[in-house]
Amino acid sequence: MSLGQVLLVATLAVPAVGAAVVALLPRDRAARLVGTVAAGLTLLATLPLATGGRGWTAYGAAPAVLPWHRLDLPWVPGLDLRFHLGVDGISYPLVVLTALLTLLCCAYTLWKVPDGGGSGRALVALLLVVEVGILGTFLALDLVLFFAFFEVVLLPMYAIIAGWGGPDRRRAARKFALYTLLGSVLLLVGVYVVVAAAGTADLVALTGGAGLPRGTQLAAFTLLGLAFAVKSPLWPLHTWLPDAHTQAPTVGSVILAGVLLKMGTYGLIRIAVGVAPQGARWAAPVLGVLAVAAIVAGSLICLAQGELKRLIAYSSVGHMGFVLLGVATLTATGLQAALIGNVAHGVITGLLFFLAGAIKDRAHTGALAELSGLRETAPRLAGLLGFAAVASLGLPGLAGFWGEAFAVVAAVERGGPLWTTLGVLAAIGGALTAAYLLRLLRRVTHGRPSPAVGRITPGLAAAELTAWAPLVLLALAVGLAPTLVLGVAADPVAALVGVLR
Amino acid sequence: MSLVQSVDNVALLPAYLAAGTAVLVLLADLLVARAAAPLAVAAAGAVATALGSALVGAGGQRSTFCVAADCSYVFGGRAALVGVLFALLTLGVLALSGPALRAGQSPVGEFCFLLACSMTGGVVLGAAGDLITLIVALETLTLPLYVLVGLRRGSLASAEAAVTFFVVSVVATTVTLLGAALLYAVTGGLHLGRVGALLAERRDLLDVPLTTAAVALILLGLAFKVAAVPFHAWAPATYDGAPLPVAAYLSTASKLGGVVALLAVVQRALPAEVTGPVLAGLAVLTMTVGNLVALRQRRTVRLLAWSSVAQAGYILAPLGALALAAGRTADARAAAYAAAVAYAVFFVVLELAAFAALVALRPAGADGGSLDDLRGAARQRPWVGAAFALALVGLAGLPPGLAGLFAKVTVVRALLDGGAGWLALVVAVNAVIGLAYYLRLASGLYAPPADAEAGRGADVKAGPAPAVARPSGAVVVTLAVATLVALAVGFAPQLVLDLAAR
Repeated sequence: MSLGQVLLVATLAVPAVGAAVVALLPRDRAARLVGTVAAGLTLLATLPLATGGRGWTAYGAAPAVLPWHRLDLPWVPGLDLRFHLGVDGISYPLVVLTALLTLLCCAYTLWKVPDGGGSGRALVALLLVVEVGILGTFLALDLVLFFAFFEVVLLPMYAIIAGWGGPDRRRAARKFALYTLLGSVLLLVGVYVVVAAAGTADLVALTGGAGLPRGTQLAAFTLLGLAFAVKSPLWPLHTWLPDAHTQAPTVGSVILAGVLLKMGTYGLIRIAVGVAPQGARWAAPVLGVLAVAAIVAGSLICLAQGELKRLIAYSSVGHMGFVLLGVATLTATGLQAALIGNVAHGVITGLLFFLAGAIKDRAHTGALAELSGLRETAPRLAGLLGFAAVASLGLPGLAGFWGEAFAVVAAVERGGPLWTTLGVLAAIGGALTAAYLLRLLRRVTHGRPSPAVGRITPGLAAAELTAWAPLVLLALAVGLAPTLVLGVAADPVAALVGVLR
Repeated sequence: MSLVQSVDNVALLPAYLAAGTAVLVLLADLLVARAAAPLAVAAAGAVATALGSALVGAGGQRSTFCVAADCSYVFGGRAALVGVLFALLTLGVLALSGPALRAGQSPVGEFCFLLACSMTGGVVLGAAGDLITLIVALETLTLPLYVLVGLRRGSLASAEAAVTFFVVSVVATTVTLLGAALLYAVTGGLHLGRVGALLAERRDLLDVPLTTAAVALILLGLAFKVAAVPFHAWAPATYDGAPLPVAAYLSTASKLGGVVALLAVVQRALPAEVTGPVLAGLAVLTMTVGNLVALRQRRTVRLLAWSSVAQAGYILAPLGALALAAGRTADARAAAYAAAVAYAVFFVVLELAAFAALVALRPAGADGGSLDDLRGAARQRPWVGAAFALALVGLAGLPPGLAGLFAKVTVVRALLDGGAGWLALVVAVNAVIGLAYYLRLASGLYAPPADAEAGRGADVKAGPAPAVARPSGAVVVTLAVATLVALAVGFAPQLVLDLAAR
């Protein structure tokens, strides 16, 4: 086994073993510490994955997927399932983001376990299991393995929401589980539509269509597209999201918004578009229209939203709309915009949910009507909220800008009346995004302190700052140097666009 | 034709072992005064039967009771798998019934004897080569269960359950018999292979209305045994009235028997173009109705019963691919049969684990109780609760219950290989409905007890603590073994797939 293969296995094995150890350790605090260490080791294991061969040295045309490292072992030949892992420029930023956010959430849990009755160590164990599932989804280069990891995430996330969430958590958790299971069973059928027709589940071989007949590609894209649309979520299949995000504990919301939604958009790019390019071209206008509808609808709902976490949750619908619009254009610019939009949304919304959780924990309410004047009592918290909101609305120089701007650019570049209209509407949606985020800031930070806010003390715990600082820095770094993401993704995206033609 | 037949006693060894177990149990009960004696003999006999089946099966296919090329008893790979499964399930159920028997609910000797008889039927069933052997074996499997269901002393529900089960089952058997008789009238054969070859050869026979009637009657009679909708109404009442271990046996071994019988006739005797559409319809109805009704259940065993009705639908589903021409190519057919067997194997392992956990969480000899009785059970007994949750999640077909996930994957794959995409979508949507009630049961295990939530300030300890007794060792061992097997086949599903394809 080469070093890269060891790292790939370690990326999944460390959190899995960590989860088992955490679940078995009797002492709560020690167990949480072990979990945090495991999450840290996972992050360390993911970082050197970037050092892989990028070139294609063999004879013949380069395949559309060229992983830096790969590991291919047989598992269940009877189901065409191989333990096939690999990492390339499309998945690498998301892998690192997942490892980072999980580490931050574990560290945050070390400091504060959310109310709700469950033990902190169970929460950390579940976070690590979720991490295994998400990382596995991003690393899988086998369709069936991808599906299996996609499913791994579902129940632990359900348990996190149902065990540590807000007052209406059971209903929200059930809705989340059933909705996303509907998505993943469609994924299962779609995967085997492809496998039955192609006779292989190897993503490297399948990317580019692999000579699948048009009818199969259309059926496969419909099923896969619907599956990922539920997860992303695409309007009008998004209704599980606001409830789940609002009721989930802070760390749950961060993971949900930060990386779990990305499984949908990543799957759309890697699986649905990659495996069924003809289907993608056929469905692109529908996808584009729905994406723009999501942007506009999400923004309008946010303008009327009276609850802090719910507002941020709905803002995710809008932001993911930009990502999906980028994918729908099927151009290099659009896919690049989608990838950087993914990462930016993960960083910024993760931060926003951390801050919203901090405000709710202190003020004991999330209603915008009862929150005002935060900058009077907690200026640093208010400042951070302002930074995150501004980053979220897409201010140039911060991470949110690139994804949204270039999604619009890609749509306009694509040309034609439909795509130009979509581009313009998306731009208007971007303006609405600015409007509701500024409204949020005006309500929460400005004005005279409300009674709920008046009780807040200005101090921030060291654990909170530790959890937030990396996200703040990343939002700045990706904003100032988007090449951090775009650089690694350029070649794979070019290869993917190459097979789309 | 010689009237003297040579009998291959090696092929019959598993059946001898199973039948011998029953006789020995009876003798042990008569001669040894200790209550544990019949139990020990039955357990040892079950182990011997499992070993015998595995050993004989490993030696390749053996046939006996042959007339020319047609044999009434064929002990091959599938028969060995069925024999081993039946013996192990019997062993598991014996272990689960320890506490109930010790509580004096049922007479020990009779209980063990009847269970061993039922096991004999199951072992022979896997090897049946003609319709009469098949039906007699199936009856040998079911007859003792009528008594076992009603064996709970002083329980009216138990008696009612026994009568319901008896009446429905006898009617089903007669319907199957009538079908077999009509099929004999049409083809002049009873051996599965011979009937199959004849119907494949003479297509004009399929146009005779009598053939269709015969096929339909056989299928419907067997559909009763697997509790497929619309012939399922007996199952929930019977399961709920039966003692818990017997309910476990009914939903695992007895259901497996029905599946094996159905597979035998569908695979070898009956024409796929007639059975395919019927089975596809049965599968859709069974899983949909089973899942929808399970959503409304408040009693644990009824919920599990309805869920097992739905699971029977998933088992039948791959056979529905036979309804289409694309599903009738040799490869697709083999995949469909293998998928049905594989799903059945995954299912019985998970179902046994679920029932074992339920027995472990309930007081000795109690029935399944309502969902509220299990509230917070996992907080008091984390390991048993975790095993129960794992089994339920597996039945729902989700990780970490990987066995269940791969079971669903196997079915969907077989369906898509057979071109029956619409049926795959029905299975998929049903999996979502199924999750709803499995989650309710599983999350209830981890919920805070009702009285603790209602009055947090009030004296919680004074409230009636849910009766979570310490389970007996045998129950815990069964649960542990079933869970470990479920985990093992979850990580290495190829083992089951290989066995099922033989």
